[in-house]
Amino acid sequence: MAAVAHEAHGHHDDHGHHKESFVSKYIFSHDHKMIGKQFLMTAVFMGIVAMLLSILFRVQLAWPGEGSDFVSFFLGDTWAPGGVMKEDMYLGLVTIHGTIMVFFLLTGGLSGTFSNILIPLQVGARDMASGFLNMLSYWFFFLSSIIMLASLFVESGPSMAGWTVYPPLSALPQAVSGSGMGQTLWLFSMAIFIASSLIGSLNYIVTVLNLRTTGMSMTRLPLTIWAFFITAIIGVLSFPVLLSCALLLIMDRMAGTSFYLSDIIVSGEMLSNHGGSPLLFQHLFWFLGHPEVYIVLLPALGLSSEIISTNSRKPIFGYRAMIGSILAIAFLSFIVWAHHMFVTGMNPFLGSVFVFTTLLIAIPSAVKVFNYITTLWKGSIVYTPAMLFTIGLVSTFITGGVTGIILADAALDITTHDTYFVVAHFHVVMGLSAVFGMFAGVYHWFPKMFGKMMNTRLGYVHFWITIVGAYGVFFPMHFVGLAGAPRRYYDYSVYGEFDADSYNMIMDLNVIITMFSILAALGQLVFLFNFFYSIFRGPKSPQNPWRSNTLEWTTPVEHIHGNWPGELPTVHRWPYDYSKPGAEEDFIPQTVPLAEGEEEH
Amino acid sequence: MVAKLIILGVIILGVIAIAQLMRVYELSSKLRENVESEISNRDNKFNATMMLLFMIGLFGGFIWLMMTYGWTGRGDAASVHGHGLDSLLNLNFIIIIAVFFLTNFLLFFFAFKYVKKPGVAALYFPHNNKLELVWTVVPAIVLAVIIILGLKEWNSATSEAAPESIRIELFSKQFDWTARYSGNDNTLGKFDYKLTLDNNELALLTTNTLDSSIHAMEARIHDLEKVLNRRDTMLVPADKEMMMSELANKERLVRLLHQMKGRHNPEVDAWAWDDIIQKDTLYLCKGKEFEFNFRSKDVIHSAYFPHFRAQMNTVPGMTTRFKFIPDKTTEEMREEKNNPNFNYVLLCNKICGGAHYKMKMMVVVLDEKAYDAWMESKKGQTFKDKYFGEPAAPADDAEGDQNEEENNEDGEGDAEPTGDVALPEDGE
Repeated sequence: MAAVAHEAHGHHDDHGHHKESFVSKYIFSHDHKMIGKQFLMTAVFMGIVAMLLSILFRVQLAWPGEGSDFVSFFLGDTWAPGGVMKEDMYLGLVTIHGTIMVFFLLTGGLSGTFSNILIPLQVGARDMASGFLNMLSYWFFFLSSIIMLASLFVESGPSMAGWTVYPPLSALPQAVSGSGMGQTLWLFSMAIFIASSLIGSLNYIVTVLNLRTTGMSMTRLPLTIWAFFITAIIGVLSFPVLLSCALLLIMDRMAGTSFYLSDIIVSGEMLSNHGGSPLLFQHLFWFLGHPEVYIVLLPALGLSSEIISTNSRKPIFGYRAMIGSILAIAFLSFIVWAHHMFVTGMNPFLGSVFVFTTLLIAIPSAVKVFNYITTLWKGSIVYTPAMLFTIGLVSTFITGGVTGIILADAALDITTHDTYFVVAHFHVVMGLSAVFGMFAGVYHWFPKMFGKMMNTRLGYVHFWITIVGAYGVFFPMHFVGLAGAPRRYYDYSVYGEFDADSYNMIMDLNVIITMFSILAALGQLVFLFNFFYSIFRGPKSPQNPWRSNTLEWTTPVEHIHGNWPGELPTVHRWPYDYSKPGAEEDFIPQTVPLAEGEEEH
Repeated sequence: MVAKLIILGVIILGVIAIAQLMRVYELSSKLRENVESEISNRDNKFNATMMLLFMIGLFGGFIWLMMTYGWTGRGDAASVHGHGLDSLLNLNFIIIIAVFFLTNFLLFFFAFKYVKKPGVAALYFPHNNKLELVWTVVPAIVLAVIIILGLKEWNSATSEAAPESIRIELFSKQFDWTARYSGNDNTLGKFDYKLTLDNNELALLTTNTLDSSIHAMEARIHDLEKVLNRRDTMLVPADKEMMMSELANKERLVRLLHQMKGRHNPEVDAWAWDDIIQKDTLYLCKGKEFEFNFRSKDVIHSAYFPHFRAQMNTVPGMTTRFKFIPDKTTEEMREEKNNPNFNYVLLCNKICGGAHYKMKMMVVVLDEKAYDAWMESKKGQTFKDKYFGEPAAPADDAEGDQNEEENNEDGEGDAEPTGDVALPEDGE
């Protein structure tokens, strides 16, 4: 494409400025800082869409069958006659909400934004290993976002098989209308997304391995970089499996193969497919799907490690243990996938193996939590908005993590599988933690990204509304799940027919949940306002606003190609020398050589 | 439309107002030489206090939810293994709630206590092997206990059913459930999806059903060929395409049916003939073990019995199993819950299409006497009885097709009243 025309920009090693056109600077940019911002902007937009979808279906759940102008405004007469959404559209909204949140906001948005911005800046590189591939990665992401959004507007509706798109439901247009064009677009969008993610990940890995500046040994890397690095490796190993998973589904849908289909009669039509297995899809899907949880979480944990240490003015507790637990989590994440499948008809013995490996993952997670808490202990905590969100992250990571112990236990999963208990669990541990991590990252590195400061007070308002809203949504949801309410139900009136008590409980709680979700959504307006306002009108950022040690704060506030004017910085110490006894200041940047007689950590 | 415009206008004005306020705030900060990156002591204190208040609110909210909605909203388990699962759940809950309170308390309390105070430096405390060992080993031990207890329950819940347990097939399709009792021989008849016809919805395998399927399929192939081969008509290309693909499909299927016929052993017919097909309500017997065989006709569904603490997906192309022993009759549960309208239920718990949320089957647990009586009432309604129907017109398929539909209706009509009699509602 147009990228070819900008070949001349391939060499980012030359420092200083060369003339850039609008297109090469803001659109087909090779600069990692700009690409990171592009990822962020796209993700923010996708996040807004996904949040809006969730409010629409929350309205249906709290007040089923009641016409609403709000719903009719967005869905129109086709999908919401009289302001009551159709059953099919409900499933479509749920599916696309999940897909966008997991992949586009928390994978593309989180990893894409912060890996791009922080990896070269924190390892001391002029740019990513390949600026061109990096650009390609963004544009694939952009294209897949467009296709995913477009699928909301096709006549037969978006994919309606849930974000996990289990076949045969997702393979048979006769089974649900969204499995027609909507599902085709979903699959193509995801295939492109995976390509984007792979290209990006390879670039991150190469950059971390090869482009570290003098003195930046692996054990002097900030934990953010460790997290991005391991995340990228997980992505490279697991996303191809999702791609094959999706390709086989595409072939079942279009080429008449029978990978996932066997012995099916749908809408009176007897299909001749025989021998496929829907369980194969589930194995392939969750082989990515579970590592995906950590692809989402690890970057958030990496960002928070950095922020919690900076703002407690203390070194992160147990730096090596933190790296060890990232590695342990990454390794274990590949051998736990079938805990999503305890009651899908998989051999129960296989289930027991996965109980064991899954519960093991709680150990490194616990280590991380305790290390965060110890980092706060006897600290000197500065409450920037980023720090608030980081503490929120640790709290949701605990709260969502402990319910995982229930779900990982196959015996207990029999009754909680696919209920709202699961929905509550993964929204807290993965959704909230990652979103909090992302917000923390935006507040913390906003000065680096845009050279401006965000408004702190509005940040406080945003945080407190968000955490109250978030817990208000997901805490009661556990109880809805324990009452046995299955997920992906359009309404729960069926409960009225056999157990009025449960029905009343579910309906009461659903109203509470929806109220809080509306509150939380409104809270995000504060963020959006602050974010966009500050980009244009925010006060100029100082060189090192949070008095932080890492390399990115040694670059000039004004962005330049190649990041550092003149030579690359040399690193002499680990990034967590905060409040080191004997030092004048409570922070010692990595570029400061060891004083005489000073011991390196 | 006007209302929408007004709303839009208000939003725009609101944004402008906030923007102006921000300007004022920023100008005043500038006058006070306040920089965004310098967090004032007042702000730090405010947030620290909020941390403590939030923790109290969080814990308070949690306790309130527990008090109002109970330990679990499902009520007591109604199956033997369900009680085991519930005590395991309770134990795990005690552990995780303790962890939840302890770690969240430490987090928020530290966040409150160690807020920056002028003149107090942070402690340089980068690591401590002993501490790290403690919080690696302690969770490991707790998890070992959880794993061992959990696997014990899991193994007993998923072990093979006893040979004498009652076999029932649960057949799922968009969007209802059908049960098939295995009849006198306690053996479920064989099935193959290709045998599905209007009078054989569950596709049971007998010599007769096999023959009529072949017959019906060949008739359809014949019709299709006739239409496609007519020289005097031009078909719309799309229609022609569809017919050709249907023809190819049917030819593949009929070939397979013929192969099946070649291998068929007529002795297994008896397994299917005495099966009893039951819609709407599933009747179970207190104290007996039931082994459920799950099948799906179209997409994945999940057989979810919340009160019996049982769940298993139904997967097209394979049979899945789950077993349990109900240990409270519907009557007993109604008394216990003090709710005369309570019923057990079988729900679908895997997204399966638009009406997913309506896909359910009522479940009634009877005591042994009532169950036997109900079974007795079903004696004349085996698959064989229904298949051949009252006029007893054997295997003449052309006629058969017509009869079958009637028979089916008759059959269902019969089932309903019997079901109602057996429903233990007379007690109220």
